[in-house]
Amino acid sequence: MDLRPTAEQELIVAMVRRFVREEILPLEQHLDPDADELPADDGARLVALVRDMGLYGLDIPPEYGGPEIDLVTRTLIAIEMSQHRAGLYAPCYGVFGGAGLAQLFEATEEQKQRYLYPTLRGEKKGFFGLTEPSGGSDPARAIQTRAVRDGNEWVVNGSKIFISGADKADYGLVFARTDADKGRNGVTCFIVDTDTPGFHVRRIVHTLRAARYATELSFEDMRVPHGNVLGDVNKGFAIANDRLSRQRIPYAAGCVGVAIKAHEMALEYVPQRETFGAPLSSRQAIQWMLVDNEIDIRQSRWLTLEAADRAERGEPFRTEAAMAKLVATESASRVVDRCIQIFGGYGVSKDFPFERWYREMRIRRIGEGPSEVQRHIIARDLLGASLR
Amino acid sequence: MAIRLEKPWQELASIDGLPGHMGVFELADAQGQVIYIGFAGGRSQFGLRGEIAASTARMASALGFRLEVTTAYLTRWQELLMVYRADHGRWPAENGSMSGLGRLSPV
Repeated sequence: MDLRPTAEQELIVAMVRRFVREEILPLEQHLDPDADELPADDGARLVALVRDMGLYGLDIPPEYGGPEIDLVTRTLIAIEMSQHRAGLYAPCYGVFGGAGLAQLFEATEEQKQRYLYPTLRGEKKGFFGLTEPSGGSDPARAIQTRAVRDGNEWVVNGSKIFISGADKADYGLVFARTDADKGRNGVTCFIVDTDTPGFHVRRIVHTLRAARYATELSFEDMRVPHGNVLGDVNKGFAIANDRLSRQRIPYAAGCVGVAIKAHEMALEYVPQRETFGAPLSSRQAIQWMLVDNEIDIRQSRWLTLEAADRAERGEPFRTEAAMAKLVATESASRVVDRCIQIFGGYGVSKDFPFERWYREMRIRRIGEGPSEVQRHIIARDLLGASLR
Repeated sequence: MAIRLEKPWQELASIDGLPGHMGVFELADAQGQVIYIGFAGGRSQFGLRGEIAASTARMASALGFRLEVTTAYLTRWQELLMVYRADHGRWPAENGSMSGLGRLSPV
């Protein structure tokens, strides 16, 4: 397998790298260290620039107006886009746009008219409501939110937690149990308008990610039309599972990008900083940290691109995506931690981005399936329940 | 953690003794009504002390304050604003018209 970038990929990567360094980093100098949004006028100006670059809406399929860029190239771009302070959770502050809830590409035409197209036009926002207080790692069993059919409607009762963006959304995908006896085959996905009576955003959940909170939702006799079932009744888990696997590749790529940026900053710093009459770069203890960083970055980059390559070619990629997510999140955590050690007091101050990356990187080992679940997926495939 | 700041109001004379930490604060008028919700972030000079002093100097009707030290100052600030709007149906007078915040329906 040859994963060396093509000449075209190198051009695109160089363009995005220049964009980050010339447009994002200067603006970021003036923002709060925990900010994850640009002032509106700066955001609009940069969106226009990205459109001119032909890179707006990277993960929108071409038939819906997105650029025709393959997944490996998109992964290379994602690695570049995350190389700034807010880059892990707000790569380039969102000015490259996105598809939002990709599950809606499989919706009925009527659902697309009401939810997908307005989302692509930037007129509506959606949220993804899967995790519940009873758990998130095993959604097929943990989902206790119940939906009961009543004529041409479903009556939904239950709660969700750690849901991003629900308080600002116009609609969301809510997963509910519709058959108590069927496990993963008893879960249905509903498109829920957030102005539906019985829909409540009960509270904010503060986390290590200080710029953006999660929310806790409750549903009290919330009536959802049958026409808002996404896909088929009792087939919702497949929708959730597909999203979880696909999401792991860009999730890993963001970690690789931050690790690269942190490592680059350390490489620039160590020849300048002197201790006991010699630069840090001459100290073997520091050299070995840098070597370990380099190895961590190369292996996570390779695994992430391999997962993207398999997905692009239409081959099974669940194991590869799990490996990429596992290795990228854990190795990037180590890289950022080593860089903090190298920078000393500056490393933990808000003068530099390391402390934010350190906090946010800790979440990455839990979000989108914790490391243990990734190992569980890989082990299951190794031991015979293989998807290959 | 309580979602509303329910500490007693402090007098402006005590600002000089405040910590330089990051956090959130509310300012009150003579009737003890919240008129402004602010935060001291990672770039605030002298943290809460500096931000509260600057805000009260700007707002003549601010006669009291209360604060909460937190490193999650951005999300806590947004939460306090959203809870205020849920309780009063509007934003605090000195915050003006806020945009980009979500809707909460706290119990």
